Amino acid sequence: MKTLEELKALKAKALQNMGIRDDQAATTRIVVGMATCGIAAGARPVLTAFTEEVAKRQLQDVAVSQTGCIGICQYEPVVEVFRTGEEKVTYVKMTADKVARIVAEHIVNGNVVTEYTIGACTK
Amino acid sequence: MYRAHVLVCGGTGCTSSGSAKIITAFESELEQANLGNEVKVIRTGCFGLCAEGPIVIVYPEGCFYSRVQPEDVAEIVAEHLVKGRPVKRLLYKETVVDETTIKSLNHTGFYEKQHRVALKNCGVIDPENIEEYIAYDGYQALAKCLTEYTPEQVIQIIKDSGLRGRGGAGFPTGLKWSFAAANKADQKYVCCNADEGDPGAFMDRSILEGDPHALLEAMAIAGYAIGATKGYVYIRAEYPIAVKRLEIAIAQAKEYGLMGKNILSSGFDFDLEIRLGAGAFVCGEETALMTSIEGKRGEPRPRPPFPAVKGLFQKPTVLNNVETYANIAQIILNGPEWFTAMGTEKSKGTKVFALGGKINNTGLVEVPMGTTLREVVEDIGGGIPNGKKFKAAQTGGPSGGCIPAHLIDTPIDYDNLLAIGSMMGSGGLIVMDEDNCMVDIAKFFLEFTVEESCGKCTPCRIGTKRLYEMLEKITKGEGTLEDLDKMEALCYYIKENSLCGLGQTAPNPVLSTLRYFRDEYVAHVVDKKCPAGVCKDLLQYSIIEDKCKGCTACARKCPVGAISGSVKNPHVIDTAKCIKCGACIETCKFDAIIRK
Repeated sequence: MKTLEELKALKAKALQNMGIRDDQAATTRIVVGMATCGIAAGARPVLTAFTEEVAKRQLQDVAVSQTGCIGICQYEPVVEVFRTGEEKVTYVKMTADKVARIVAEHIVNGNVVTEYTIGACTK
Repeated sequence: MYRAHVLVCGGTGCTSSGSAKIITAFESELEQANLGNEVKVIRTGCFGLCAEGPIVIVYPEGCFYSRVQPEDVAEIVAEHLVKGRPVKRLLYKETVVDETTIKSLNHTGFYEKQHRVALKNCGVIDPENIEEYIAYDGYQALAKCLTEYTPEQVIQIIKDSGLRGRGGAGFPTGLKWSFAAANKADQKYVCCNADEGDPGAFMDRSILEGDPHALLEAMAIAGYAIGATKGYVYIRAEYPIAVKRLEIAIAQAKEYGLMGKNILSSGFDFDLEIRLGAGAFVCGEETALMTSIEGKRGEPRPRPPFPAVKGLFQKPTVLNNVETYANIAQIILNGPEWFTAMGTEKSKGTKVFALGGKINNTGLVEVPMGTTLREVVEDIGGGIPNGKKFKAAQTGGPSGGCIPAHLIDTPIDYDNLLAIGSMMGSGGLIVMDEDNCMVDIAKFFLEFTVEESCGKCTPCRIGTKRLYEMLEKITKGEGTLEDLDKMEALCYYIKENSLCGLGQTAPNPVLSTLRYFRDEYVAHVVDKKCPAGVCKDLLQYSIIEDKCKGCTACARKCPVGAISGSVKNPHVIDTAKCIKCGACIETCKFDAIIRK
């Protein structure tokens, strides 16, 4: 490292990998149901896809975590999105392909992808 | 990208309670669960709450697991990391609010009143990964100094901050640097005193283990400020984890071009080496320390000349303590006003204390100067175990003194502690309850200084020995009131005539206990009693006839056969034979044996 700019660039890069450790920073939580039912239905690739997408977009205030059985096993894989001050949104029958769109539209721009939600599915 | 981070404390405290095994267990369990690419295990420095170790924190939830055993790891992985359900039974009890809510660690009693400056990164970053340090503003202060400030400006900032040496004496750091800067020489040196030797003190060790780059960065800044290109860290070999992390940190800093030739293309060169000390207490004294770095026997020499004039290898040298350096980068980044906003009029900033002794939360705490002893002991330390009463706190180790219960509301800073006959010292804080005998405590510290006196000057070599002998006489019940006066006179003689800080402060534990607990000394001398029940020679064991059931348990346990009596009849202790080992008290189920 020879310049101040290089140091600053390295700092920005390194900080991204550490955002997860600020438990106050996350204003959005993406929670993937990871009980036996969820895993059997393919929750793991969904979780991985969310983690990668969040990392790719460098979203500092988003935490990806997992939970047990949400109780609607027939709709697995289930993903719930919690945003401070907003009602929880439940996405069902998730696949890795759907992830990019949810992150782009809902997480970044605040528009719920209605057609993937439980409301649309049970209609 | 990892979705979860598992932080395991790798400080000396948690390592000795088995955290290395926990890291291995996490690695293998995660591998088995195929989570190796999703969950990262990080070994950090000390979290501070050593009493609850080994400690594990899982992010992003920030769950604080305490007293984790290797057997618990499989459950944490299966429940928390696979299914997302924190393992309640292992959570630090204060963080559990109710069934579904977990409090942030920063809002627990232990952490809430703390203000972490020197310990900012301890338990937060991986000390063996320079990039984590850089992520949290690491080396930005050095870059700022090299690109924006002249050396004079750097010194002025440190002067304006009011930072005083954290090693004990509290000399203004900026002033020290300006003296060394003013002396012209072909070579100057920056040294770090990491020879932490006070019994019960582990502040510096924890900083070195948890945030070694903070020290490196500050020493480079000091080098730039005074015009030194070479530095030495003098650290005791008894700190193997700290030494290892320091070595890794230096190698990484060199690899990243943050140490060595032409740092950040500024033309400034700085190189650092480690020197291991063999653990002699006197080598924490600055002149002895430098003599030891030079490869000679670690003995002090008279001052002046001060190190800023003729220090290491007869060259101008700046020598600061680890904790002092740990404040430097943040003062540069946040400005001196930020630092002066914390603390009292003459003592700015924060101080790290190693809490030990009769206290619930044994560990490492950092509080703003001016925090009262009561807040540290009761709020942060969680009070005294087993409902016992606070008797005194010992600060400053063998150089300091005792603060009695009636002064517990004293705001802690350099000047207040000196005024009440103790001293800040490096920050050991040992809490004592009613079961501690103050004469015995004074004897304990004197025994330490007698052993650690280097022997170069007579007042210290012989004076401390004679002082110790008098204390021994008193604890055996052979002392006289005249001895107390003689002792006091000898204390002042040693203080005034010793060559270095070791001897000059060695009598402090005796003087301060004589000042605040003279009645205990008198009880030993006149009544031949030890009120706390510690001094063996003044104790008598006896059996209460009414309570003794004649079960014979004590008689069978007594190693010298001093207890006699027949079955179902009260027993008696032959005090002439009794060696006062206390085995009988522990054995008796009926509380029939008393010691007084």
